[in-house]
Amino acid sequence: MTDAGMLRFHVPEPEVRPGGTPDFSNVTVPKAGSVPRPEIDVDPRTIRDLAFSIIRVLNRNGEAVGPWAGLLSDDELLAGLRHMMTLRTFDARMQMAQRQGKTSFYMQHLGEEAVSCAFRKALSPGDMNFPTYRQAGLLIADDYPMVTMMNQIYSNEADPLKGRQLPVMYSSKEHGFFSISGNLATQYIQAVGWAMASAISNDSRIAAGWIGDGSTAESDFHSALVFASTYKAPVVLNVVNNQWAISTFQGIARGGSGTFAARGLGFGIPSLRVDGNDYLAVHAVAKWAVTRARSNLGPTLVEYVTYRAGAHSSSDDPSAYRPKTESDAWPLGDPIVRLKNHLIRLGVWSDERHAQAEAEILDTVIAAQKEAESHGTLHAGGKPSTRDMFEGLYAEMPPHLRRQRQQAGV
Amino acid sequence: MPRRTMIEAIRDAMDVSMGRDDKVVVYGEDVGFFGGVFRCTQGLQAKYGKSRCFDAPINESGIVGSAIGMAAYGLKPCVEIQFADYMYPAYDQLTQEAARLRYRSNGDFTCPIVVRMPTGGGIFGGQTHSQSPEALFTHVSGLKTVVPSNPHDAKGLLIAAIEDPDPVIFLEPKRLYNGPFDGHHDRPVTPWSKHELGEVADGHYTIPLGKAAIRRTGSAITVLAYGTMVYVAQAAVEETGIDAEIIDLRTLLPLDLDTIVASVKKTGRCVIVHEATLTSGFGAELSALVQENCFYHLEAPVARVAGWDTPYPHAQEWDYFPGPARVGRALLETMEA
Repeated sequence: MTDAGMLRFHVPEPEVRPGGTPDFSNVTVPKAGSVPRPEIDVDPRTIRDLAFSIIRVLNRNGEAVGPWAGLLSDDELLAGLRHMMTLRTFDARMQMAQRQGKTSFYMQHLGEEAVSCAFRKALSPGDMNFPTYRQAGLLIADDYPMVTMMNQIYSNEADPLKGRQLPVMYSSKEHGFFSISGNLATQYIQAVGWAMASAISNDSRIAAGWIGDGSTAESDFHSALVFASTYKAPVVLNVVNNQWAISTFQGIARGGSGTFAARGLGFGIPSLRVDGNDYLAVHAVAKWAVTRARSNLGPTLVEYVTYRAGAHSSSDDPSAYRPKTESDAWPLGDPIVRLKNHLIRLGVWSDERHAQAEAEILDTVIAAQKEAESHGTLHAGGKPSTRDMFEGLYAEMPPHLRRQRQQAGV
Repeated sequence: MPRRTMIEAIRDAMDVSMGRDDKVVVYGEDVGFFGGVFRCTQGLQAKYGKSRCFDAPINESGIVGSAIGMAAYGLKPCVEIQFADYMYPAYDQLTQEAARLRYRSNGDFTCPIVVRMPTGGGIFGGQTHSQSPEALFTHVSGLKTVVPSNPHDAKGLLIAAIEDPDPVIFLEPKRLYNGPFDGHHDRPVTPWSKHELGEVADGHYTIPLGKAAIRRTGSAITVLAYGTMVYVAQAAVEETGIDAEIIDLRTLLPLDLDTIVASVKKTGRCVIVHEATLTSGFGAELSALVQENCFYHLEAPVARVAGWDTPYPHAQEWDYFPGPARVGRALLETMEA
């Protein structure tokens, strides 16, 4: 038997493992401002390159450059910075609360704050997100009350979801935030269905689906792209590529396709890659995609290239599968630092004001936390009733559930 | 009153619902232009337009997943899975999403969808066109499961399902589409036009979910059945001459336990019949409930007649199908016990 006749099984491996030196030399980072900005009604076949590049606005000197720059005012940028800082502080406090036993579980956004915070600002009231568990910036940037988020995390007596859901699985129709499921990718096709319904109803509202790099391997990702493509649904299909799906590097889901954005090309869906740690780039690309959707031009697939600097969840320890210093080597930097430097460059911000804002935000978050904890935490104080467990499954409780509730003595 | 086949009754239910409420949309594989492989949606696209009735890609998870999104938006999708055997790719969406959306969001979002699917065998459909997966739905908290047995009920139950605020699985026994098949596959089937339950009123009416119907009043034994098995049980009762009470459950969840318990307490004996496989089938739940609620009234062990615990075979279809002979034997054995 010749060697050529012997089949070999291929399993992709990340560049480095714990103990190794972080290496992102395979991540090609184009210069900020170098990627063109097509018209929204562009023929998708002519912008296939955008699925393999990275749209960036902020350069190393903190300047906003190129055709995707110039959409946001100074005040909007300052608000964006405050949203990202708030989310990071919120995460730190809730992560600590989990360690203190005040809740069972937490998931933070460290390093990915720009994606959801900037995207939110590209939407209009009434639009609907179908998020994963790592897009709380959509709520923070829409001024959803932090206390309500914390009440949900603590599953306390004021939890709007009555203690039925895992921490961070928020729901707010009013704030365009669809109920988070916790299993993966199911919401992606639901977003397309919501968008189809809006088109069927001759509405003007659009939907946004969210998914992580790992979950693009789920069949519902394929379902979503088929339906979005077939019905030209007014939906923005977001892929947050934070490089890691728990311990699994993105190459296991991506396979040989080059990029996640490239998955959209076969469906004729305009597919763009954007620097997920660049608030301005995220917002500009989101706005482009949202405008397309609202103009009856159909879906857009956007891959946000970012890095999950923290653990997957409070139950995860990344040092077991990647070098501890890998996040420091990430070539796209930190979203908060980059926007801060840009605002300083614009002359509307300073290190002093930044430190002051950090202190103010911490005070606000702590005040919210105190208020939330006055309603209880998972194992102490007020909590949802046992009766709440039986309620709300159906609009009208069926007889068998009534009998079980009676058996439970509530 | 006009007589209709079950197909016509189901079509009429969707027609009436679409006419009354423009939030009702209908889609699925081959459902639009062609009107469905069983023709249940024939003419709906021409009447209501392509935004209200349309063809879907062959992607059951996508059909149900998109319907959930539409329902969250505020529409009332009534989608078709071409055969119940094809629903498995959508099972995640049905069980973890549709079933729980109201609960997990505490009513912030709801999921008023209907998922229609032809079920059961008897058409030489082999293992992938014959299954009866109802127990896979009744086991899921948050779903309702309906199995009509005749055109009159099918229309009223389907309109009720479409108007229901929660997700409803609507299983259509395909062997009943054109007539009340009683398991005697070697005899011609009576068409619905010659059966009183083929009478289907025009316009809007509903049959409430969760209410069984007593198809034959009797005092000797209670037969619990649904779908095709209602007629198989009737044939078995006629052939054995036993004075049985036959209950057509119509809705499996919510279940009309009161009607079941009242009957078994009266007769003291119970035979449960379904076409689905025996082990962990819905009959196991029924048997447990009868035992829990009627133990001191029972004169004999509760018997179950069901499909064998094998995949639905092709050539051996009538050896697999729980026909009148098997049901009759169970009736006699339970009477003699």
